[in-house]
Amino acid sequence: MSRVNPVNQYLRMDRMPHIWCSGCGLGTTVNCFIRAIENCGYPREQISIVSGIGCTGRVAGYLKLDSFHTTHGRPIPFATGLKLANPKLKVVVISGDGDLFAIGGNHFIHAARRNMDLTVVCVNNFTYGMTGGQLTPTTPIDAISSTSPYGNFEEPFNLPFLAESAGAVYVARWTTYHVKQAARSIREAIQKNGLSFVEIISPCPTLYGRRNKLGDGLAMMKAFKENSAIVNGADTREVGLDFKGKIVCGKFIDREKPSFLDMYHTTMAERFGPFYEPYEGVQ
Amino acid sequence: MKADPKGVLTGAHFLDGDHACCEGALSAGCRFVAGYPITPSTEVVERIAARFPSVGGMFIQMEDEIASSIAIQGAVWGGAKAMTVTSGPGLSLMMEHVGLAAMLETPCVFVDVQRSGPSTGLPTMPAQGDMMQARWGSHGDYEIIALCPNSPQECYDLTIAAFNLAEEYRVPVMLMMDECVGHMTEKVIIPKAEDIEVTPRRYTTQKPGKYLPYQAGRSEIPLMVKAGDGYLFHVTGLTHDERGYPAMNAEAHDRCVRRLVEKIRNNARRIIRLEETDTADAEVVVVSYGITSRVAGKAIQMARADGLKVGHLRLITAWPFPEKRLRTLASHVKAFVLPELNFGQMFLELQRVIEGKSSCYPVPHAGGTVHEPEAIYQRILYAARHSRLKDKKEVAR
Amino acid sequence: MSATEIKFAGLGGQGVILAGIIIGRAASIYENKYATLTQSFGPEARGSACSAQVILSDEKILYPYVTRPEILMALSQEAFNKFLPETRDNAIVIIEEELVRPKGLKSGMKVFGIPATRLAEELGRKMILNIVMVGFFTAVTRLIDYEAVKEAVKASVPHGTEHMNLRAYERGYEYGQALL
Repeated sequence: MSRVNPVNQYLRMDRMPHIWCSGCGLGTTVNCFIRAIENCGYPREQISIVSGIGCTGRVAGYLKLDSFHTTHGRPIPFATGLKLANPKLKVVVISGDGDLFAIGGNHFIHAARRNMDLTVVCVNNFTYGMTGGQLTPTTPIDAISSTSPYGNFEEPFNLPFLAESAGAVYVARWTTYHVKQAARSIREAIQKNGLSFVEIISPCPTLYGRRNKLGDGLAMMKAFKENSAIVNGADTREVGLDFKGKIVCGKFIDREKPSFLDMYHTTMAERFGPFYEPYEGVQ
Repeated sequence: MKADPKGVLTGAHFLDGDHACCEGALSAGCRFVAGYPITPSTEVVERIAARFPSVGGMFIQMEDEIASSIAIQGAVWGGAKAMTVTSGPGLSLMMEHVGLAAMLETPCVFVDVQRSGPSTGLPTMPAQGDMMQARWGSHGDYEIIALCPNSPQECYDLTIAAFNLAEEYRVPVMLMMDECVGHMTEKVIIPKAEDIEVTPRRYTTQKPGKYLPYQAGRSEIPLMVKAGDGYLFHVTGLTHDERGYPAMNAEAHDRCVRRLVEKIRNNARRIIRLEETDTADAEVVVVSYGITSRVAGKAIQMARADGLKVGHLRLITAWPFPEKRLRTLASHVKAFVLPELNFGQMFLELQRVIEGKSSCYPVPHAGGTVHEPEAIYQRILYAARHSRLKDKKEVAR
Repeated sequence: MSATEIKFAGLGGQGVILAGIIIGRAASIYENKYATLTQSFGPEARGSACSAQVILSDEKILYPYVTRPEILMALSQEAFNKFLPETRDNAIVIIEEELVRPKGLKSGMKVFGIPATRLAEELGRKMILNIVMVGFFTAVTRLIDYEAVKEAVKASVPHGTEHMNLRAYERGYEYGQALL
């Protein structure tokens, strides 16, 4: 007798098989995410997922939740509108490094600045997978991509440092090797009030791995295991990534700050006094 | 459904078009606005920022127009009626999300207070140069609805109409204002809430599991759901099937896009609003829209004083374009004159539709101000004279 | 009255736009006339010269801009100099007489002057000089009913300042009546 995998109920099984390559870290990430929402204390009807475009952009389409596959780089402002229209929703953005930090970088820093109550999960595979492996703002120096064929010479973003600087209240990084920790961090991030950010370092053996001679998916996972160090509370200035260098993982930031909606309530209650009806969405 | 009295400032007001647009949105039930300030539309969001907190609405000033134009769509899928407000340069940035709204069939309103372009152009001066952009600006095939108010009163009335049309057809609706109507102050009458007709969102009554997000039925317009109601639905900007799932082939694409286009084209007669004056026995008909229609009105008065038979057809909806009505008129009208604050955008459409059955004369103007009534008047005279000559030739033949 | 074109001009901060709004509101809301107000915007409209243009009419107003004003209200020399040339030969010119020296008037023009700033100061606030001018305008032009403008003043000024503004309105009106 075969037992049905418990994560299946959270997947649109009528859309399987998925489009991701073997060895890709996205399946693992989706698994972590499902474990996180199973244990986060919110009913699944209350959780919405928003993705942009790219390999990670397809996550929304496979999850059996209210799910939105939007435009390239813009899942965060879509999620912002969704959250503000119905603040009871828990809105999670899952997208890739190119989507969130190249074309969508401005939206990320402003969502973090406002402390919009969203969870942003960035699956960072250092490349644009869907379009054939081009340079992204996280591609390490010296790494080869199809648009940096002689090696990347641009300084990449250190995403946890960027998130912290812009105002995120929760910042963590794990690799797809660290499934338990990643699931826990995503759960904590969802439970957090304000902009929470989780970076998942993920292998792309088909493009990034192959071009940089990093081996297959398994070899890349092995490298994650061997090269990573868990330093909870690490100074985010020190966690930038080098090509083949150490990957510092952990929960770096967990702090309290009023969210956009908290500040909105406070300001309007002060301004309108007893005439203010707390904004609870437009339902 | 009648308007929620909470947002309705019933009474006679002396308002500019931008402020009237804000009041129209409130009367229509809009409770979410995302925007980015840009002259000459800024007064709309300024009033919204001041008015919304006391009527249970939410205004957020986003980091740019791109963000604004998709935040409103998130809000719609969360249950809100939503709009964004901008001017030409901002509308250019929003174009990808006009396409998204068309594809997801997100009912929402884009207000464009037009200024002179291209590029930064003349920020504080009027133009009507975004008419083709409003229609064709996003990639691919889709339809939108565009309305052209010519007074602050119409900025109020047509903002309500824009929301109602958006809900009825699940389509992005463009309110094509311009700097002149936006910044012009006149009397605006806001009716009692019980006298304002508001189209509610049409939600499915089907149970989760049965419901298909893009099953349209005979009406061609599918029913909606919103996040949080347990439908666990999926929507995507990719070509999709009735389930909302990506469907990556030519047949599915034809089905998907054909309906987006046909739901508007097949209902064009119900959507189109025109204002016609003395077209029945006219020899020359002036076709105009927005602020230019008022200047044209003055020119027509001058021409009638000369004894010319001049009619006026005002496009309240610019898109869809009233092809049938114009073709009918072309059967007895000798010439059309189309003044607009651009170098000939709607004129191209008129020419296409008339197919040479009548003469067509543009009255182009780069914007920065409105036409001199004299310029339109002279064109009417020329058209009348020229068309008579043409007639004689035809008779001689 | 068929259509009357009016220009209200002065320096930013003098409240000339509000003066135009009050006259437009009075005509369109409190009398059954049509009124259209336009104003110049942009960086050139901030700080230095600014103006509001109002058309009043018994019929629907089509062309929205003022081209040849029949009434010019000028609260600064710069505004007076700038707009006098386009003003009609037989126009009514209304000036703040301590701020504007009416040079270069055309022969048919009628000039009415009032020390509005000083009168406003006597009433306790220099800022209400525009409302003094509105009262004066109402008296000397007789375009709109006294009560209609009074209602428009009440509806246009900030809450709590109605009393002071109505005194300013009356002061300007009386001053104008005395000149006629």
